[in-house]
Amino acid sequence: MQSLTTPLLLIFALAVIGYFLAKSRALHVAGGDIRTLVSLPNQHALNTALSTIVPPAAAVLLFALYARLTGGEPNWFFSLVILGLGVTGCALSLIGIKTDSRARTYAERWILGLLIFASSIAILTTIGIVFSMLFETFNFFGQYDWRDFFFSLSWSPNFRGNSDLGIIPLLWGTLYVSFIALLFAVPIGLFAAIYLSEYAGPRLRSIAKPAIEVLAGIPTIVYGLFALITVGPLLRDVFAEPMGLGQSASSVMTAGLVMGIMLIPFVSSLSDDIINAVPQAMRDGSLGLGATPSETIRQVVIPAALPGIVGAVLLAASRAIGETMIVVLGAGAAARLSLNPFEAMTTVTVKIVSQLTGDTDFASPETLVAFALGLTLFVITLGLNVFALYIVRKYREQYE
Amino acid sequence: MEDMVHVDRAMSTEQDIKISAKGVQVHYADTHAIRDVDVDIDDKTVTAFIGPSGCGKSTFLRCINRMNDTIDIARVTGDIRIDGEDIYDPKVDPVQLRAKVGMVFQKPNPFPKSIYDNVAYGPKIHGLARNKADLDEIVEKSLRKAALWDEAKDRLTAPGTGLSGGQQQRLCIARAIATAPEVLLMDEPCSALDPIATAQVEELIDELRRSFSVVIVTHSMQQAARVSQKTAFFHLGNLVEYDDTDKIFTNPQDPRTESYISGRIG
Repeated sequence: MQSLTTPLLLIFALAVIGYFLAKSRALHVAGGDIRTLVSLPNQHALNTALSTIVPPAAAVLLFALYARLTGGEPNWFFSLVILGLGVTGCALSLIGIKTDSRARTYAERWILGLLIFASSIAILTTIGIVFSMLFETFNFFGQYDWRDFFFSLSWSPNFRGNSDLGIIPLLWGTLYVSFIALLFAVPIGLFAAIYLSEYAGPRLRSIAKPAIEVLAGIPTIVYGLFALITVGPLLRDVFAEPMGLGQSASSVMTAGLVMGIMLIPFVSSLSDDIINAVPQAMRDGSLGLGATPSETIRQVVIPAALPGIVGAVLLAASRAIGETMIVVLGAGAAARLSLNPFEAMTTVTVKIVSQLTGDTDFASPETLVAFALGLTLFVITLGLNVFALYIVRKYREQYE
Repeated sequence: MEDMVHVDRAMSTEQDIKISAKGVQVHYADTHAIRDVDVDIDDKTVTAFIGPSGCGKSTFLRCINRMNDTIDIARVTGDIRIDGEDIYDPKVDPVQLRAKVGMVFQKPNPFPKSIYDNVAYGPKIHGLARNKADLDEIVEKSLRKAALWDEAKDRLTAPGTGLSGGQQQRLCIARAIATAPEVLLMDEPCSALDPIATAQVEELIDELRRSFSVVIVTHSMQQAARVSQKTAFFHLGNLVEYDDTDKIFTNPQDPRTESYISGRIG
């Protein structure tokens, strides 16, 4: 696309020039009295600039798609086409400036188009990701039996062939770590949210809430270091070894605990907003009947906020399931099916990374399995998100 | 004849003073919302508080069950007694007080629970029912008293928020009387209702007078005249005049009362 840089820069310059030209031309047409114009000079200017930029930009996108499919290269003819589009758009809109032209409507339409484009990008990307995963997953299942993948209890990839690629030990590790993480994050986050929204004064709240949210800004690799250096050895020395549960510093418990800390601001911040949205009339009604503040929270506020809280917890669960760095550093990389929380285990995401790093051949099942793992994970988190949305929608507006 | 006289006298001695307030002052931060209010509210009577917006009538109402405690910046001084007991005494638990002094709010605020659970909420919290049958009975009695039983008996498990506005307000009244209060405070209970629902609630208020002392804040002078026996007129945080409703509306003593009820200020 190197050769398209110059024409695109030219188009951009043309748009800027067109903007000011249109403005002065509109003022000129108005003959000094701006009130004779149906659209304001600014709207004419915006219309001209957008008419100059948008058609060539759309053409470039279309060409990029075409080039991807046929392997074509941009040539001087195409550069000429996009320049022509830009000049025509600019000229047409400049000529079209009259007292009664509806540049306002056109500018609004250009903007509407841009907004629609932006939203479709997000949706199309999701679809694109799913499809690319689907293709590779089909490849994988062409080489490896799907029953072995979903039901085999062992995971031992071997780059010389004859690997066992069962997802169950990995899925077990993922769910176990996530479960422990939520076990820590949900009560602590929820209680923190209740304290902040129901008991804390405005001044404490204005300090404490951002302070908790700082936790959400810490990169997960830093959490991973914390797990590796502090939490892991601590748990091993204090719990695992005295209780005879193992000598490993990396364990499901380490990763789960640290991940739980990471998720606290998620749960507390979302729940706090939701609890605050419960109308004060509910609390007044309950207090007016002689309920104590904690009875009011337990029996009126929390039930009213429950759908939102469930949604927050499920969102946190999706985060936990997709987390990688903390697991690598905290829980290790050994695929194992065990109930002992002080044993090293690993998760789906960690194995996706390890299957795709290093010298890999993108045709062997040992590599392609990563896509099957990724797709399975994606389906699980998508299911969780859909379920969360369903819960939230179903129970929303129980109160006004 | 003699019997009649006897009954009459018995009735009139029953008109005890239920709530007695002396020198009540309320401050919201820097605002002096209630200035030195003295009032004696009778038992088994409907007492109406009228006055223009911001005159302090709702604030005073909320002093009687200490709901102002839930507002951080509100400060109440003075003496309010219910049955001779000082409710602002440090020994009094506001939670217990509120069980004795029920409240119905301006906007119907049923909990997002079933109709049954809405009414059973108070009795459950205060342990008023020994078993399920007891609770069923309390719920039925309260709903009957609130004139909602016939409409609600077949849908007790349906959410209370699914009722119409007037039904919701009667549900809130049922919820308030389920804890067997002695006083019922109503803060503009009909202002969010249409005229038909208003008429039903007003009829209900008249019924409730047999069992409770009812205090109602209202913006509608017609409503005060219809439902109350005693009326208090508040203006700029002062209690201007307090007397029999008939007297307030036909022969007010204070010029401010007169100009308010004749529509000159408001």
